[in-house]
Amino acid sequence: MSVETHEAVHRHPAPTSFIRKYIFSLDHKVIGIQYIILALAAVLVGMTMSVLMRLNLSWPGTSWSILGTLFPAGAPGGIMNPDFYLSLVTMHGTIMVFFVLTTAPQGGFGNYFLPIQIGAEDMAFPVLNMLSFWVTLLGFLVILSAIFVEGNTTIANSAVGVWLGGGSGATVGPIGGWTGYAPLSATGAVAGPGQGAGMNLWIISIAIFCVGSLLGALNFITTLLNMRTKGMTLMRMPLTCWAWFTTAVLALLSFPVLLGAGILLLLDRTVGTSFFVPGGLVFGSSVLTSHTGGSPILWQHLFWFFGHPEVYIAILPGMGATSHILSTFARKPVFGYRAMVFAIFAIGLLGFFVWGHHMFISGMSPYSAMTFSILTLSIGVPSAVKTFNWLGTLWGAKIRFSTPMLFAIGFVSLFVAGGITGLVLGQTSLDLPMHDTYFVLAHFHLVMGVASIFGMFAAIYFWFPKMFGRFMNERLGQLHFWITLIGVYCIFVPMHTMGIVGMPRRYAQFTEYRFLDTLHPLVVFVSIAAIITVLTQLVFYFNLIWSVFKGKKASANPWEATTLEWTTDSPPPHDNFAGVLPVVYRGPYEFAVPGAPNDYVMQTEPDASEQAERAGGDGHNGHKH
Amino acid sequence: MATTVTSTRPDVKIGIGGSKGRGSNGNGGPRRNGHDRRFPDFQASANRYRIGVWVGLASIMMMFTALSSAYIVRAASSSDWQPLAMPRILLLSTALILVSSGTLETARRKFRDAATKAYKPWLLLTLLLGLMFLGSQLLAWRQLVRQGVYVASNPHSSFFYLLTAAHGVHLLGGLIALGYLSLRTRASRDNQLAFTRAQASADAVTLYWHFMDFLWIYLFVLLFFVR
Repeated sequence: MSVETHEAVHRHPAPTSFIRKYIFSLDHKVIGIQYIILALAAVLVGMTMSVLMRLNLSWPGTSWSILGTLFPAGAPGGIMNPDFYLSLVTMHGTIMVFFVLTTAPQGGFGNYFLPIQIGAEDMAFPVLNMLSFWVTLLGFLVILSAIFVEGNTTIANSAVGVWLGGGSGATVGPIGGWTGYAPLSATGAVAGPGQGAGMNLWIISIAIFCVGSLLGALNFITTLLNMRTKGMTLMRMPLTCWAWFTTAVLALLSFPVLLGAGILLLLDRTVGTSFFVPGGLVFGSSVLTSHTGGSPILWQHLFWFFGHPEVYIAILPGMGATSHILSTFARKPVFGYRAMVFAIFAIGLLGFFVWGHHMFISGMSPYSAMTFSILTLSIGVPSAVKTFNWLGTLWGAKIRFSTPMLFAIGFVSLFVAGGITGLVLGQTSLDLPMHDTYFVLAHFHLVMGVASIFGMFAAIYFWFPKMFGRFMNERLGQLHFWITLIGVYCIFVPMHTMGIVGMPRRYAQFTEYRFLDTLHPLVVFVSIAAIITVLTQLVFYFNLIWSVFKGKKASANPWEATTLEWTTDSPPPHDNFAGVLPVVYRGPYEFAVPGAPNDYVMQTEPDASEQAERAGGDGHNGHKH
Repeated sequence: MATTVTSTRPDVKIGIGGSKGRGSNGNGGPRRNGHDRRFPDFQASANRYRIGVWVGLASIMMMFTALSSAYIVRAASSSDWQPLAMPRILLLSTALILVSSGTLETARRKFRDAATKAYKPWLLLTLLLGLMFLGSQLLAWRQLVRQGVYVASNPHSSFFYLLTAAHGVHLLGGLIALGYLSLRTRASRDNQLAFTRAQASADAVTLYWHFMDFLWIYLFVLLFFVR
């Protein structure tokens, strides 16, 4: 493979000390791996919480002695309190959305591969890049500390717990859900267990996370605009880069809104302002007189203005990775590259104008509800374009069914299955009865949660050989794929039915609701499926760690792919291209080119006229040194 | 196809290489063969500061947009809104920051014209004016506190303290950048590359400062003249 050299680059020496190399590293590749490790740790916490919730839903009243030992106040005698359950809901959602779905796709894979795919030595601002990771990690530690402050009576009643706003000892965090709706989130410990110190820590954690994400987004955008190598025009970028770029733009414009809203909320709680707290709230037998005139709906608007783009922040990188992988393993160019780029942009843009569809039951005017509804449904158009083009890419292809490809196809399947119910919920009249039922839960878990994670699974199996110079085990990968795919459908398809019957979200148990009794076998079935699926992920963790040390060795371009990361060593050297920046001559998906010797042409391969010019003129070498 | 970023290219000529020392252009000016015209080099190390600041300003603007929309909604949604009387000293603040934008712009132009001796005093003057602006804002807070108007007194005072504090924090960042710039210029005349980079930093800081100026005028109008 001829890698064109255009200039001899002065090489930065790689850092030698352990701390500069692996801990406070400025290398985007190390930072990317740090983000992935953070996500892998966070997802364990999130998954454990979801299993605990399933246990309580399907076998209510059972005593789980470990739980009783760890949380004597939250689960006395091993039986979960409803407050404890609600705090699990909150923490599961917060940790998964922020510290898994936002960190791994963008901070992790984006950090590692965006600079390499555009032919840069590193990010534009390496120090900011390092800071963005450490700030994000700090945010994670703060949200974890809520578990200890709220879950341990001793800490909750200590000076620290009181100073932080009053812990309860009976939960693992706030109980208001990941959306932190006012006014319960804005009034302090009086609003219930977990709403004191836990809620304060939640807001602080999210605010810190916003800052980390903004630093990251700034870096991504500047890098992509300014650091592309020679010949890497915008329309020659891999679709992954387009997805990361759009994601960075969404993060850049939506996280400041959440940060602003978080500051307002914290002021309401600590200083006693009334941005979100209306007058005359009654808690138990006492009336809250310290606040007047605030608007709880204002919080919803601000939160969802961030919250809806956040959904796309989670899934767009998965779409990018899927497009990339489908094309590589179908050995065909992406069907409609240009349409794919515009579809990514259209999804990102429309994502800013649909936040109201989360608030149809907030009492908004039917006219604004209709506007939000029409805009929401119109997102179906670019989404359908993407789905159609994925299928077009697969159509008539000789597909290589390796694990990354399986997960990429799984992504398409889950995106369609989860997205189609978005068309149901996007209509005001259908959303009204469905709102806050398991139907919504099933919808967003499939499309935003599981589909995004499948995109990341595809990405890790695909890029692992590049990152570590070894393959992940194929057999374990296939096992992981099939059980996970079947598992998630077994979990979430029945939830649609439960939602249609009318089972509400965020209830600790349904023993008092006779009309839901018939659903109980289904609830148990879902729980068993969930436990099996979660256990299967241990196979993935084992495969990941085992393969780093013992996996089959990989060459520089084991998948016969075309983009720039495959022109360099596996793993890439400190400055990515060993001092010689590549020059790009063609688009990213040149598979099955008629007349080419192989069935793929690398982006760095000069075209015929270029080769002739070089052979004849020799004008190029004069510039090297 | 790369038209969206062509505006970032004018400085490529000197900016190429930067700290990376890809020196083939450093002494030879732009290369002339057809190959290079087809493949513009986007890796202009100096331009990243300018782009970075524009991108950062977009996110700062979004935060203040969110706070402004909260301000407008909150003002309209309830009857407990009591407009504050404007502390007179805010007029002084406004004058100070307007003048500081002018002095910094002068400094930037002196620097661009390589009049580095004349550049330093203008930079330091800007720094001083910035500090005086922050002092003046603090005095405005003190005036309100003397009148018994605190953060939680009524929604308008809440927003006044919040918006001035948020602006002040961002301005403080600008002051730190100015301080950094005034220390950095000493090294900048050593060679052409360092000079180019320092110039890009000066442009970036100036842009940020002008934005802080504009932001204050906007907040000032929003807080006291829109009703």
